[in-house]
Amino acid sequence: MTTPAIELKGISKAFGPVQANKNINIRVMPGTIHGIIGENGAGKSTLMSILYGFYKADSGEIFINGKKTEIPDSQHAIAAGIGMVFQHFKLVENFTVLENVVLGAEDGAMLRPSLAKARSQLKQLAEEYELNVNPDAVIEEIGVGTQQRVEILKALYRQADILILDEPTGVLTPAEADQLFRILGRLKEEGKTIILITHKLREIMEITDTVSVMRRGEMTATVNTAETSPPHLAELMVGRKVLLQVDKVPAKPGEMVLEVKNLSVTDSGGVQRVKGVSFNIRAGEILGIAGVAGNGQSELLEVLGGYEFGTGEVKINGHSIDLTGRHSNGQTRRDRGIAHVPEDRQREGLIMDFMAWENIAFGYHHDPKYQKNRVFMDNVSIRADTADKMERFDVRPPNPMLQAKSFSGGNQQKIVVAREIERNPDLLLVGQPTRGVDIGAIEFIHKQIVALRDQGKAILLISVELDEIMSLSDRIAVMFDGKIMGERLPDKTNVKELGLLMAGVAGEAV
Amino acid sequence: MEKMPKWADIFLIPVVSLVLAAIFSAIVILAIGEDPWAAVKLMVKGALGSTYAWGYTLYYATNFVFTGLAVAVAFHARMFNIGGEGQAMLGGLGVALVCLYIPWPHWSLALIGASVGAALFGAAWAAIPAFLQAKRGSHIVITTIMFNFIANALLVYLLVNVLKPVGMMEPATAKFPKLVQLPSFRDMFSTADTIMFRGAPANITFFVAVAACVVVWLLIWRTRLGYELRAFGHSESAAKYAGIKPTKIIMVSMLISGALAGMMAINNVMGEAERLVLNAVEGAGFIGIAVALMGRSHPFGVFLAALLFGFLYQGGAELALWTSIPREMIVVIQALVILFTGALDNMVRMPLERIFFSLWRKPAAKPAAAE
Repeated sequence: MTTPAIELKGISKAFGPVQANKNINIRVMPGTIHGIIGENGAGKSTLMSILYGFYKADSGEIFINGKKTEIPDSQHAIAAGIGMVFQHFKLVENFTVLENVVLGAEDGAMLRPSLAKARSQLKQLAEEYELNVNPDAVIEEIGVGTQQRVEILKALYRQADILILDEPTGVLTPAEADQLFRILGRLKEEGKTIILITHKLREIMEITDTVSVMRRGEMTATVNTAETSPPHLAELMVGRKVLLQVDKVPAKPGEMVLEVKNLSVTDSGGVQRVKGVSFNIRAGEILGIAGVAGNGQSELLEVLGGYEFGTGEVKINGHSIDLTGRHSNGQTRRDRGIAHVPEDRQREGLIMDFMAWENIAFGYHHDPKYQKNRVFMDNVSIRADTADKMERFDVRPPNPMLQAKSFSGGNQQKIVVAREIERNPDLLLVGQPTRGVDIGAIEFIHKQIVALRDQGKAILLISVELDEIMSLSDRIAVMFDGKIMGERLPDKTNVKELGLLMAGVAGEAV
Repeated sequence: MEKMPKWADIFLIPVVSLVLAAIFSAIVILAIGEDPWAAVKLMVKGALGSTYAWGYTLYYATNFVFTGLAVAVAFHARMFNIGGEGQAMLGGLGVALVCLYIPWPHWSLALIGASVGAALFGAAWAAIPAFLQAKRGSHIVITTIMFNFIANALLVYLLVNVLKPVGMMEPATAKFPKLVQLPSFRDMFSTADTIMFRGAPANITFFVAVAACVVVWLLIWRTRLGYELRAFGHSESAAKYAGIKPTKIIMVSMLISGALAGMMAINNVMGEAERLVLNAVEGAGFIGIAVALMGRSHPFGVFLAALLFGFLYQGGAELALWTSIPREMIVVIQALVILFTGALDNMVRMPLERIFFSLWRKPAAKPAAAE
């Protein structure tokens, strides 16, 4: 039997009273791809941070290639042959690829020899692993997928034999993700060991050899990928059976609720983010907008939500709404019956330092039923309302006096969704409803959105998760570079076609 | 990372900070060859030892409550108002105009009139930087601090050229009429046989300051405006999402802040000097920043911190009077307190949190869910 490339024995780590990792044991064989899957907050990132020297474990041992290794900081991790590709790239935007690769691994005070050496090595690596990147391209001018390849090159340049990738596909189009997987496959053939951290079951099934499941700081199982299935993994992650597919009856579209004509948005930097977009949503249907993050979807939501300016025409229930921001803001939109679950709950949807009850009133703090009189708010009734909503939306713990930041991502999102859906809006804007949300809560939130649709409400869903768009939408529009590339029906399209539209390829613009 | 319980956060950290400041002050006093223990005794006696001493301590504390509240209110909306000094100067101008040019029949009406005048003038002085911040993005810290200098220049001009009575030698207004003199603590608390607070400047404004604390508390935590203010202060992006208008919040929070700073003038101009002089504010505007920091921008905390700084001010003055410790050294001690309680908050907090958790690990097995 060969020695494992990585072996962790009895790793535990606590933050204050929270046990982030409990007695974790894991063996990763050399030349394999090992997946680590688990919900947000299950302890995946903590475990990898320990392996990469960001945190020190309270107890436990790390063996690299059979040798007991202390990793007090990332320098030691690199020396032990571990490379890490973070979810948020750590690249200097205005440096070239070559400069980024060399950064921190220069040979001496003078740059020139290091750069020359790196250039020849990069060429060699590119040939060996099919990792083609122009070494003289500036980072801010190359695509996200290429930037990720630079991160991988950085690790390889530092002679990494073990590569850890943290949620690597979050920012990629399906095609780019496929490309990444091909590269990973190639790296595996060359004998590199790869650890893939993800919450996407599909990726685990597609590329890993073995998979470990984490739940609440514990390693619940390690299985051969070939011997498992997505429902089985989901069950291991959540601890109960979950419905992966959304159950819904066909839509019964009614009256026109939202009409958008030729809508454009130019941001404060003068860049046009949304370029003459037109679409309609009827009562009782969900329009999903797919696309890679940063193609104008955020601005579209913001202008409909009333806090970004635009030109064009938007009608809600036949009434034009002001897009210049002069006569409108988030409040006037709410008065019109538009509710909005924003893309980024921590930056927009919630105030993290506010308590749950203060967040339930957020945006609706002018509601007469929340006022005691003209001057004072009725905090007691808001708290009662919050307790009620928390119970019906199964927010845990159901304590209105806890600060938003002390809830898990899924429960934070449930607070936002409860606040917006309970307003019984005509139109619900939903951005990334399940980003950073655990599987159990995803199931719940999807059900709520479909239930609202079935009550005859119009829903605009924006998500970068193609699976989510495919399973929830009644119609799918794809956005690329501020334009809608095309509209498809979910049962008459597939991931491949949508992926091409997302990349701006083919598709006749409508 | 789990946090310490609230009581430890609110009481333990300031107390430890104060103890550290005291230790460093003691070292400084030792270094110049004086006895720190004697200095402490003198300060306590001079600031708290008699009704006279209390009268001074509370007088200073009243100033600091107003300027501290001013900084605190703005801070809830994440506006750093450094212009308390200038706003209080202008407040003084408002008080002087109200007292000199309106014939008040009774001091109580004059008090109301002067409060309005002080608040209006203070608010007006904060309005310009607020407008520049809201509409032009000029940083409030820069503009408010500049406005302190402008206020000073304006006051010099007015006192020298406009308001100075003919034939007077110093740049000051005439004395206010007798009818608008506010009752001092001596008038209020002395009985037929014992005179309390003899010669001390503390006056009825102290109770106005206490009322201001209550009003500010209600405003911040009980009204819709306070809710919007705090929301904006915590997250501007979220506030925009909710439809809270940034311009409105910046203007309103700064106007309230300026009004509170201006109201300090009721105490020092109307209650004590009974005329407007140059330098009437004496740096209270800046002390207000330290008071708000130490008081965690909470009105009750501001009140306690103002008392502490009142004690330091009065105790320090006594120290300068009776020992050979130079006046500058008093400023050093006050600065140490500001440094430790305000600026170095995290220096104390982090080790304390660590100690706290190593001691508390077992009892805290059930997470501190109760707030």
